[in-house]
Amino acid sequence: MRGPVKQKALILDQDGIRRSLTRIAHEIIEYNKGVNNLVLIGIRNRGVPLAKQLAQRIMQIEGKEVPVGILDITLYRDDLSTLSPHPLVRKTEVHFPIEGKAIILVDDVMYTGRTIRAALDALMDLGRPKSIQLAVLVDRGHRELPIRADYVGKNVPTSKKEGVAVLLQEIDGEEKVVIIELEEK
Amino acid sequence: MAVIKKDLLGLEGVGQDELTEILDLAVSMKEVMGRQIKKVPALRGKTVVNMFYEPSTRTRVSFELAAKYLSADTVNIAASTSSAVKGESMRDTATTLEALGADLVVLRHPMAGAPHLLAKVGNFGVLNAGDGFHGHPTQGLLDMFTIREKKGYLKGLEVAIVGDLLHSRVARSNIWGLITMGASVRVCAPPTMLPIGLERTGVKVFNNMDVAVEGADIVMMLRMQLERQQQGLFPSIREYNRLFGLNKERLALAAKDAMVMHPGPMNRGVEISPDVADGVQSVINDQVTNGVAVRMAVLYLLAGGGSSEVDN
Repeated sequence: MRGPVKQKALILDQDGIRRSLTRIAHEIIEYNKGVNNLVLIGIRNRGVPLAKQLAQRIMQIEGKEVPVGILDITLYRDDLSTLSPHPLVRKTEVHFPIEGKAIILVDDVMYTGRTIRAALDALMDLGRPKSIQLAVLVDRGHRELPIRADYVGKNVPTSKKEGVAVLLQEIDGEEKVVIIELEEK
Repeated sequence: MAVIKKDLLGLEGVGQDELTEILDLAVSMKEVMGRQIKKVPALRGKTVVNMFYEPSTRTRVSFELAAKYLSADTVNIAASTSSAVKGESMRDTATTLEALGADLVVLRHPMAGAPHLLAKVGNFGVLNAGDGFHGHPTQGLLDMFTIREKKGYLKGLEVAIVGDLLHSRVARSNIWGLITMGASVRVCAPPTMLPIGLERTGVKVFNNMDVAVEGADIVMMLRMQLERQQQGLFPSIREYNRLFGLNKERLALAAKDAMVMHPGPMNRGVEISPDVADGVQSVINDQVTNGVAVRMAVLYLLAGGGSSEVDN
């Protein structure tokens, strides 16, 4: 759960999130010409419920089940040596082979691109997928690496002084995306 | 909380939350060990020095593998080949290790308290891999991890620890940890091998093994340290085996699904009979595997000094 945050602007409400995910689900199916070889992998924490929701949408549209995995990228972070104390490591749960699969990597917010870089490394250690595509609910810009998303719920220009908070039912008990004021450190 | 920051010197005084955090972290680490590519870059660029002043196979290899799975660089120093044989003091050794850029030092030493001294004089993290008769914290952790993995919990379990408690650092670490986690610990040994005042830790003391293992959920056998048995603490190995050895008949007295544990190396036919050691109730090999996962967790924590929740 996130602590109390000072909300600056509402980006997406519950319906907005639902519509974005439905559109992304359609785009994924269209681009991949079906879902036969597809797997969804959510990045902890908030990529996981999003991946599950996408799998549900795809089920509704295509009538086929797409496996969903969970990726914890903590051990792959490039800033571990500067972070003290170290962040909590939770389990990666990918209970299916990713060899030769088309992976849809799912995360909530795309920012510097470093999380995705770590996720790509983590995935490569699990096997050799045929391809990896990236779906994010919000792209807030400020990339520091040459990485882009294939499916974006909403592009939101932000300042680095702001934060983007994604709240999801499964984790936070409510569903919305807001811009928040970052506290001065 | 957070007794364990820079060093892991012992399990005494480490609280339930912190022990749980390490055990949870070890679950994640065990997942990494189950992968085809057993390596994550978490400790890339860190140097782990394994310094062993006493013989060891499993602990040393276990620490080395744990460090390697986390991508740390490892150096092994055996006492017989180190400057210690030339009479270098612990303080000077620490200064040398510091100058060589060690981030973490894993120390096994015949003197209780040696890791504490090293931690005081060095600016690297120190992991106690067994010091004299004091403690062997990672062994205690891996035993707790193994029990929790199989039983699902620790609280309320009846754990019988049998054998040479006087010389056993393994037993001491287990007692501290298990009591903190709410398990109930029974110990059993010949009176000559029971340290005075052990009951003050909260354990129940037995001299008759049949009574000690009755209904126990876990029977943890300790190694008879034959190299320390020149003082005649018991009449003969045969008698010891008859009174304090674990065999099928004795195991039948324990709970039906009781687990058999042993920190190794085993003296088959002394403290444990081969059919029990290799039997279905034995988790001795799991202990070895889990040792690596637990040590990965501890190395990770010490390299970062605790843990916190971070988003994105």
